[in-house]
Amino acid sequence: MTKHPKIRFGAKPKTLKSYFTGLILSLLLTVAAFYIVMKHDMTPTATYLTLAGLAVAQLFAQVICFLRLNTTREGASNTLAFVFSLLVVAVLVVGSLWIMWNLNANMM
Amino acid sequence: MTSTTVDHHHHAHGHLDHDDIDVFGFWIYIMTDCLLFATLFATFVVLRGATFGGPALGQLMSLPYVFGETMFLLASSFTYGLAMLSFYKQHRNWALTWLLVTVVCGAAFVFMEVREFIELYIEGHSFQTNAALSAFFTLVGTHGTHVSIGLIWMVLMIFQLFRYGTTAAINRRLTYLGLFWHFLDIVWIFVFTVVYLMGAV
Repeated sequence: MTKHPKIRFGAKPKTLKSYFTGLILSLLLTVAAFYIVMKHDMTPTATYLTLAGLAVAQLFAQVICFLRLNTTREGASNTLAFVFSLLVVAVLVVGSLWIMWNLNANMM
Repeated sequence: MTSTTVDHHHHAHGHLDHDDIDVFGFWIYIMTDCLLFATLFATFVVLRGATFGGPALGQLMSLPYVFGETMFLLASSFTYGLAMLSFYKQHRNWALTWLLVTVVCGAAFVFMEVREFIELYIEGHSFQTNAALSAFFTLVGTHGTHVSIGLIWMVLMIFQLFRYGTTAAINRRLTYLGLFWHFLDIVWIFVFTVVYLMGAV
């Protein structure tokens, strides 16, 4: 009864509008990322942080507009798997870097 | 409407039919592939400074060139979406056309990447030169291999769509490939950010 008629394979309907929105957002975020690096206006730390922010923003733009992940009942299991993967990826990457930097510092 | 209600009776426990479960299974595979890339990214970030006295990775890369690669892959992700939209409207020939455009953009991306690798190799920056280059070739090469496999798969789907038309089975297979293809574009966001842009800061 609660089935959302338009959700197919756990994804929201793919429309021309969603694809164009995704394309334009991705273009803007990509151009911004290349621009700040080629312009060399910011301090390295500020550049790293901005680049990370732009990449994560583009991740969400494409996941929402292209893959059409959503929080409806039918799409929830896909989104839950995605969020869990983000968590594991964060533990893996941050944990590895933490260990290796500590190791590096202690070997000096 | 009626058929939907009947459908519900057949699946007493809920909302998922076989195709939904299959696609969910494929999504789980995509998520495990994320973990593969996460380990390679972690390795790359740890080793990217280990150049054994050679030039920093950032000095070997050309940003405008990478920007071109990025545009091809993003365009291919978008045109894949157009192929799916044509497929939903049962326009087989438009779907075939957009899939062909997607293959061309994807192939241009792989071509540019292979060319970059060959140029690096000719200049003496190979997989064996130092740990940073090993990590670079492993990470970027694994992504490129995924894209190449996606291209072979897409050519096969073009033949299937041409032969069988817009059927439910083809719809399911194109949905798998769409998840895979969009996923590869998403991984590329982090490749160009972490490897190329952060390398050039």
